Parts: sequence; C-alpha cells; structure tokens
Amino acid sequence: MKYFLQRMGFYLFTAWAAITLNFFIPRLVPGDPVQSLIAKYQGQLSTKSIASLYVLFGLDKHQSLWTQYVDYWKQIFHGDLGLSFTFFPAPVSQVIGQALPWTVLLVGITTIISFTLGTGLGVLAGWRRGSWADGLLPVTTFFSSVPYFWLGILAIYLLAGPDSFFPSSGGFDSELVPAWDQYFIPSAIQHSLLPALTILISSVSGWILSMRNMMVTVSSEDYITVAHAKGLPERRVALSYAARNALLPSVSGFALALGFIVGGTLLVEIVFSYPGLGFTLLQAVGAKDYPLMQGIFLIITIAVLVANLLADVAYLLLDPRTRKEG
Amino acid sequence: MEPVLDIRNLNVDYGLGDKAVHAVRDVSLTLHRGEVLGLAGESGSGKSTLAYGLTRLLAPPGVITGGEVIYHPPDDEPYDVLGLSDRALRQFRWAETAIVFQGAMNSLNPVHKVSTQLTDVLKAHEPRMSDHARKARAREMLKLVGISPDRMDAYPHQLSGGMRQRVMIGMALILRPRVVIMDEPTTALDVVMQRQILGQLIELRERLGFSVIFITHDLSLLVEFSNRIAIMYGGRIVEEAPAATIYRDALHPYSKGLLSSFPALRGARRELAGIPGSPPDLAGMPAGCSFHPRCPRAFEPCAGEIPVLGRPDTPDGAGRSVACWLSHPHPGAR
Repeated sequence: MKYFLQRMGFYLFTAWAAITLNFFIPRLVPGDPVQSLIAKYQGQLSTKSIASLYVLFGLDKHQSLWTQYVDYWKQIFHGDLGLSFTFFPAPVSQVIGQALPWTVLLVGITTIISFTLGTGLGVLAGWRRGSWADGLLPVTTFFSSVPYFWLGILAIYLLAGPDSFFPSSGGFDSELVPAWDQYFIPSAIQHSLLPALTILISSVSGWILSMRNMMVTVSSEDYITVAHAKGLPERRVALSYAARNALLPSVSGFALALGFIVGGTLLVEIVFSYPGLGFTLLQAVGAKDYPLMQGIFLIITIAVLVANLLADVAYLLLDPRTRKEG
Repeated sequence: MEPVLDIRNLNVDYGLGDKAVHAVRDVSLTLHRGEVLGLAGESGSGKSTLAYGLTRLLAPPGVITGGEVIYHPPDDEPYDVLGLSDRALRQFRWAETAIVFQGAMNSLNPVHKVSTQLTDVLKAHEPRMSDHARKARAREMLKLVGISPDRMDAYPHQLSGGMRQRVMIGMALILRPRVVIMDEPTTALDVVMQRQILGQLIELRERLGFSVIFITHDLSLLVEFSNRIAIMYGGRIVEEAPAATIYRDALHPYSKGLLSSFPALRGARRELAGIPGSPPDLAGMPAGCSFHPRCPRAFEPCAGEIPVLGRPDTPDGAGRSVACWLSHPHPGAR
C-alpha cells in the first residue's frame, strides 16, 4: 500500500509538471493566438473585440504571469480549456469531447484486439517452436516494418473506391447525423474497418515477437522442466507456468500502449480523414490553434499517466515479487 | 534384492547425425528397492543427462538413441518407460519417479503460491481428490520436510534457498513415488544446510521406503549417504560398487583420483591430489578408454580398446564392477 501511495505521489507530481509546462510553452513561443486570429479575420475585428479576445484566451497583458498561472489551474479544474479558434467560438473541451470517442473506440478496440491476438499467437509460436507458427514471424515483421500510414494509403488505393464496400475517408456516412441508431452505427463500423485493419496489421507483430521471445526465454527456466517432470498437462505447463511468466513484460507494454490510444495513431487518422483526436491535432497545428493543442496535449498527458498507473497496478496484481511484504 | 528401475544400455546423444555428441553411452544400472544409488563424476560426465534421459525430460537437441529403462511396478508387469505414450508418460512422471533438480532457486514458479504448486500435482494425478484433501496433503508434506504449514500461502521469493529446496523435496514426495532422483540437490546451499537436508531425506527414505538416485560431483557426500556408488566418466560408468568398498578400495584410477581430491575426516593424513588435465570433450572422445590421456597408470591396451564394465579379476570382486584394463585380463594378452 505504501508503495502504491508513493507511486500515486509520483504521478501527481508528474501531472503537475506536465500541466505547468503545458501552460508555459505557448507563452514562450513568439507571437500569440490573437495575432493569428486578427490575421484570419483580416482587419474585421474592432479594438474592443481584440481586447476581449485577449481576455478570453487568458492572454491579457495586465495580469502577471503568476495570476495567469493560478487562473489556468482554476480553469482546468472547471474543465474549461479555453476557446478553440479553428472551430471558433466552440470551447476546446467541446471540440475534444467530439473527437475523443472516435479515437478511443477505433484505436482502443484495435489495440486490445492486437494485444490479445498478438500475445496469443506469440504464446503459440514460442511454445511450438519450429512449427508452422514460426512462419508467422517473417510475415508479420515485414508488415510492421512498412510504415503504417503507407499501409493505409495502400489499403485505400487497393480496397477503397467509389464502388467499394470500404469508404476511403471520414468516420461515418456524411448523409447521416451522429446518433445511436441502426443507420449510424453500421456506417461508423464500416468506416472504421480499413483504419482498424491498418493499425492491427502494423502493430500485431510487435506483440507476437515480444511474447514469442519471452516464451522461448521462460521455456528454458528450471521451473518449466519441473512442471514437465511433475506430469502436468501440457496446457497447464504452457499457460500457467510459461505464458503466465512470459506475459509480465508485455503487460507493461500494453498499459503504455493504452496511454497512447488517446494520442491516436495520428497518421492513420490523417490518411483516412478520421474525425479523431489525431486528425483534430493536425488541424490545430495547421491553424496555430494553441488552446486546442494545449487541450489535446493535456488529455494525452493525463492518459499516459493513467496508463502508467494502470501498468503499476497490473504489475502488483500479476507479479508477487513486486509486492512488499505485510 | 528387488529391482525398481533397470537401465539397460541407455544411449543419449545431443544432436543428430555425424555431429551428434554422445553424452551417455551404453549405461546399464539397476536401482534396487529402498537403496540410495550414488552417481558421481565431473561436470560433463553425463550424469545429469542420464537422469533427464531416463525420465524423458531431455530438452532438444537431446535424443535417446538406444536402450531401455525398465520400471518394475509393485504388483504389475515391468514396462519400458521409453516406450510409454505421452499420456502414460505424464501419469508415470512424479507418481513413480519424482525429481529434485539442481537449481534450488529456480525450481519453483515465481508467480504462484507454494500451495498452488503443491496441489497442482495432485490435481493432475488424482483428479478425484477433493480440494480440501489436496490442501491437507500439501500441508502434511510441508510438515514432513520441516516447514511450518502456514508457509502454504508464501510465494517462492519469500522463502530462503534451503526452504525452497525442502519444498521441492516435499513436492517430490507428495505422490509417494518409489523412485526419487536427486540431481545435485544441494549444490546451491551451504554445507550445514546440505547435511541437514540430506540427513532429513535419508530419514524420510527409511520411513517411506522409496529409492534414491543421488547425482553429485561431491564424492564425499555420496560416501556418507549412499549404499552404492556408480562413477561416470565421459558418458560411461567406469566403476560401480558398494559405497564402503569404493571408499576403501577403489579400483579405477579415476575413482581413486576423485577420492583423493577431498580430505578424509578420520584416519591417516594423506596427500590431496587432483586429477591432472580436464574432462574430455564429448565431441572428440579419445580412442580406447576415454580416461587414458589423464590416467597415471595407462598402459598399452588403454589407447586401443574400450574396457568393458565387468566383474574385476580380484578375489573380493563379487558385487562390484569396473571398466579398466588394470582389473581385467586384456584379451590380447590372453
């Protein structure tokens, strides 16, 4: 428990540091968002509205940096991340709220499938070394060495098209209105198939490879020989003795991968014009939309920290050696 | 005496074809009921390979290329372990021959509790036993080896090396096997712990009546704890005799060398001497007796012909055998 509290403390500190950096970096960058907004509206803004824009973005120069910093924290706790100006005057939290589910569902589900599938195949390949399962390795390694955005482009080129079942871009049919109904959901699934496949193919081999290699390492441990000598069923030796131990390094990798779900597989979302967070980030960068970028970075930071925490908890549960006595 | 395990002309190779290394050659040994049979030799002499071979636990590229391992069940026909189907082999393992391995530290699965690892043997071999009975048996085994049953819920890393090896011994005895193979069971432990654990094992053997094959490079331990000793060199057994006989009057120069490499506690002081040279390379065995390049008493037949393990040509030669031209009339000289 003490260990857990220590970790919690560490994560809170890291979160504070990340959010603070998130506050300062845009302020250290030359130029400011209001300037680019003025440029965007090409002189149609009055002096008054410019002044109020500065206040809105929290950039009014009459306040000291410290007051701004305190206000920034207050806003974060209220869930107020400022206004986006790509989607002006929508608040950043709303823009993120719209994009986040797309990314979490697409990348989240694919990551889980990829981990489960890859680990399962890795166990098989590691346990039955030299059988057909080993043939999987060069094939999957080939696909993982191909950049996944290129794989995406290839998938669009080969599979998508006007007459194809697979749409080439977007998250749903543009004629539909987002809703939980029998028209929208199948359309969303249909649109997610190609990006999901692209991510799956490019990421599954990593899981296979790491699990297989750990299986091979663990298989030569003494306790595996003991398990065989004990006359245990092969299944039990493979799963409860070999795979159970081989899984440990993969689990932390998986938890970290969960953290990067939110960041999205940026390039895949761009290639497929998928309305997720990665695509939104691209738009934000293109428009110098600092509040939106800040908001997205904040969400990514928090997700990575939470994932790390999950990895710690998973390790505590899975590996008795990390638990302190008492 | 009633035999339990009969090893006949066992051959084990590592690898196949021309590049195969012959790790165990033509080994024949009989383990009798209730005895402790010691197996001694330097590293690489094939003693562990022999143990793994007779339970078919050899990791690839190890292959058994010939021979038989006949097991004599108490009230059934003897059968060849090497001919068992996978299923029958699984049932044979641990129930008839259990093994205590070299690595006291790594023999237990680090992620499972001691109780889980004790009861999963029971689950595999006696599926009809109730959960409660399994736990009770596991607790009983821990008590038997001198570990408090409240360590049932401990994980291996919470136990000391000695305790882990005791858990392994308890685990080996949980199905009441008739043969227990100890492969350097105490190498990782300190000397005090070694004697304590071995003493305990001998006592348990008297109580439960199992036979032991005790493998070690430490001949002094064997002299103390075993009934009979077989000495291996280069994959072959070079001498086999009752422990006291070997200690008093070893015939093979290699056995003598091993015996003079540790000090005696009692009796006249004698010079400690090692054996010059190093163990043979199994891939390039010398012709004839494989010990002859290191043997202080090698003479002309040694390099030419392999001496056969047999009764020595001495008046007290009954009940022992040796593979050395010094103790056999050389066929050429006859």
